[in-house]
Amino acid sequence: MNAVKIVLEQGDISRALTRIAHEIIEKNRGSENLLLLGIPTRGAYLAARLAKIIGSIDQREIPNGVLDITLHRDDLRSRPPRALTPTVIPAGGVENKIVVLVDDVLFSGRTIRAALDALGEIGRPAQVQLAVLVDRGHRQLPIRADYVGKNLPTSADEIVRVSISEIDEIDQIVIAGANDA
Amino acid sequence: MTPEKLIELPRHLLSIGDLNHNQALLILDTAEELARISDAPIKKLPTLRGRTIVNLFFEDSTRTRISFEAAAKRLSADVINFSAKGSSVSKGESLKDTALTLQAMGADAVVLRHPESGAANRLAGWTNGVVINAGDGTHEHPTQALLDAFTIRRHLGSVGSDLEGKHIAIVGDVLHSRVARSNVLLLNLLGAKITLVAPPTLIPVGVESWPVNISYNIDEVLPEVDAVMMLRVQSERMKNSFFPSTREYSRLFGLNLDRMNLLPKGALILHPGPMNRGLEISAECADSVQSVILEQVANGVSVRMAVLYLLLGGNIGVGA
Amino acid sequence: MSTYLIKDVELVNGEKVDIGIVDGFISELSKKTVNTYANLLDGSGCVALPGLVDLHTHLREPGREDAETVLTGTRAAARGGYTAVFAMANTDPVADTAGVVEQVVRLGKEAGWCEVFAVGAVTKDLAGETLAELGAMAHSAAQVRVFSDDGKCVSDSQMMRRALEYVRQFDGVIAQHAQDPKLTVNAQMNEGVVSAKLGLSGWPAVAEEAVIARDVLLASHVKSRLHICHVSTAGSVDIIRWAKSRGIDVTAEVTPHHLLLSDELVESYDPKFKVNPPLRSNEDIAALRIGLADGTIDIVATDHAPHPAEDKECEWAGAANGMIGLETALSVVQKTMVDTGLLNWSQVADRMSITPAKIGRATGQGIELAIGAPANITIYDPNKSRVVVAEEQISKSKNTPFTGITLPGEVRHVFYKGKPTMISTKMVTR
Repeated sequence: MNAVKIVLEQGDISRALTRIAHEIIEKNRGSENLLLLGIPTRGAYLAARLAKIIGSIDQREIPNGVLDITLHRDDLRSRPPRALTPTVIPAGGVENKIVVLVDDVLFSGRTIRAALDALGEIGRPAQVQLAVLVDRGHRQLPIRADYVGKNLPTSADEIVRVSISEIDEIDQIVIAGANDA
Repeated sequence: MTPEKLIELPRHLLSIGDLNHNQALLILDTAEELARISDAPIKKLPTLRGRTIVNLFFEDSTRTRISFEAAAKRLSADVINFSAKGSSVSKGESLKDTALTLQAMGADAVVLRHPESGAANRLAGWTNGVVINAGDGTHEHPTQALLDAFTIRRHLGSVGSDLEGKHIAIVGDVLHSRVARSNVLLLNLLGAKITLVAPPTLIPVGVESWPVNISYNIDEVLPEVDAVMMLRVQSERMKNSFFPSTREYSRLFGLNLDRMNLLPKGALILHPGPMNRGLEISAECADSVQSVILEQVANGVSVRMAVLYLLLGGNIGVGA
Repeated sequence: MSTYLIKDVELVNGEKVDIGIVDGFISELSKKTVNTYANLLDGSGCVALPGLVDLHTHLREPGREDAETVLTGTRAAARGGYTAVFAMANTDPVADTAGVVEQVVRLGKEAGWCEVFAVGAVTKDLAGETLAELGAMAHSAAQVRVFSDDGKCVSDSQMMRRALEYVRQFDGVIAQHAQDPKLTVNAQMNEGVVSAKLGLSGWPAVAEEAVIARDVLLASHVKSRLHICHVSTAGSVDIIRWAKSRGIDVTAEVTPHHLLLSDELVESYDPKFKVNPPLRSNEDIAALRIGLADGTIDIVATDHAPHPAEDKECEWAGAANGMIGLETALSVVQKTMVDTGLLNWSQVADRMSITPAKIGRATGQGIELAIGAPANITIYDPNKSRVVVAEEQISKSKNTPFTGITLPGEVRHVFYKGKPTMISTKMVTR
């Protein structure tokens, strides 16, 4: 049995988000026109946290919302149907916004592909960027993140578990061996 | 990796009786999400790409067929319309042979409309595909009840909630109505109070086992309801002495302007269609601001999309 | 002729005996037997009944040989412990002439599995409009005594009165299928809680009871014999009980399926549960059992109604009415009446052999086992049990409603006129 290894703790996560917030402001020369859309479940909470951090840096409300990708997934048939999470787009929509998609883990890239399709249904942003807390490699599609909290080399059969306090009562990221899942 | 909420639904949708409270709410909530997408300029989702859905209609019902067809196409499913007039009662090809033929053609789901009660239950025993009952005889019409509840909830409730404490009257030919049977089951499941209003000839023997109140006096009921659902009355019932004349029926049980004024402010008027204007409902009522009859039609597509997604959007047939 | 000795069998009075059979008759009925018999059969653990008599069997021949023939139907009867069946008249052509009833009886003789008595139609073509040739059938070689339009009701009051009167001249009986046709137009199942839920049009109990009430009054008025087929409701039992208390000459039958199965089974919409009269409520079942126990209902009759698979493999409304029952009847009666303490074996012999033979005037059948009596014997082991499998029924049709149900008992040996039709649970090969 493989051990469970904690790779990021609460402080690490909060520092990573703060750094990503700064990078977003830097890359976009400010926070004007930004819209942060989190991918459920945990990405949605991370988007809200990032919006708050950016807002406190730039002293303004950063619009943020939730983008459900379920109906656009390409692996629907591998499991029983999933309940939809309400997509929440703030007033003002996505048109001509700089949309930053936020997710917890970037792995195959298929989730982000689905997110781009889902976003396309809603409207036409000026630009789409991607922020993830962890990039664990093993991409199956030509997709790359603009902002990464931590690059985490893993083997394909390992499990990366992200816990956030809003749902899991604790902020931490662990790697578990495949047998340990 | 985010653990999505996985859903347990029955394999087929044959009767509202197959659903529990959570499953019924899930369908309504999913329909809400899908309704918002349907409002967007691009109406096509890739969700059911590669799935084949057969609309197998042994009865004419253009509105139901078109509604299912639109729902399936918005989810990118392939749709085959198969109209078969007559059942094995009239010695056409048997329902079983039709089912086996459709299965051989690779249908993932069959949406069945049939003049005989229980036809969908029988079909489910003969095919590997998902069976959705789009109305079987005088038994049930589950998606109609779901869209009715969805419509009522949009006005009187909210997403995630049921219809606890709401009072709904169902008026008309309950005996022969599959819409009424499905609605009684669903509205009761969602916590609503139900009153059936009809002449005693049009209320089934055995109704005492239903969770409903019965009234023969529509005027006493209307002031107390949050919504009134008028059922279609077929004038040929008159020939079998269920009531003396359409005029008498209309006078005693029809919804007209005077009766509409008995309804509390904000109470809804529903009708599953097609309407007999002037018989069970007058034109003024059907076209009034309280009428949500056209909304019912629009909501039908969202509800059917939800049902199709929830029954076909996962790994059907794999341990399901 | 071969001789047989069935060893260690129990009579219905509980006496343990060996039964000897010589030349078609019972030769021995005691325990102290010196063995002079050619064939010895084990009867231990079994009860010996007079060969069963079914007053209500559909053999389907002529006309629907795809469903059943006289040969296949009587073979199924023998397997169920029957030594005589009454073949119902609703064949094609209808058994409304001497020619058809004689043909059916002759086919029965040729088949040799059990005795076949023909039931004649009451009205020509079962149409309810003119009397069939009742006298010609009665005086034919078939010696018809039971007349029935079964499948249809003799609903016209005057027609029923005339039929009841007319058959008195040859000691006939009218077996009525009690169903008011106007109250049962397109009826699909028992009218009640389940039909309300399923949206199937109802077959109300009153449609049966009203006709029985009328007919017992008619029978009383013209002093004729009346028999009520397949009584299915508690109300019918009450009416017949009342009629008997008034001395009206009425007899009644109940089917095994109405003793065991309720209308809740229809919730599956599986037409194997579709039958006429329909399966009723649990209250009706309880009343039927009590009625059979107290003698209000005289006999059990199977209403064995074979249908080919295609007539059942369809939607409910399109399916044919009827169930096969010959091979399971005795077991169902054991389950519902004996194992529940309502009947003892002596009473079973009465309800399933002696009285049905009496009602049908079946000479040579339904005779209590005694030395010198015709050797029509059913040796039945009540201690066995089995799960019913449709495909294992030897009737040509497989439409049994008891599939998957565990039934007690097993028919071990059957003798018809001294010849075995079943030995050690196996049909005799010929």
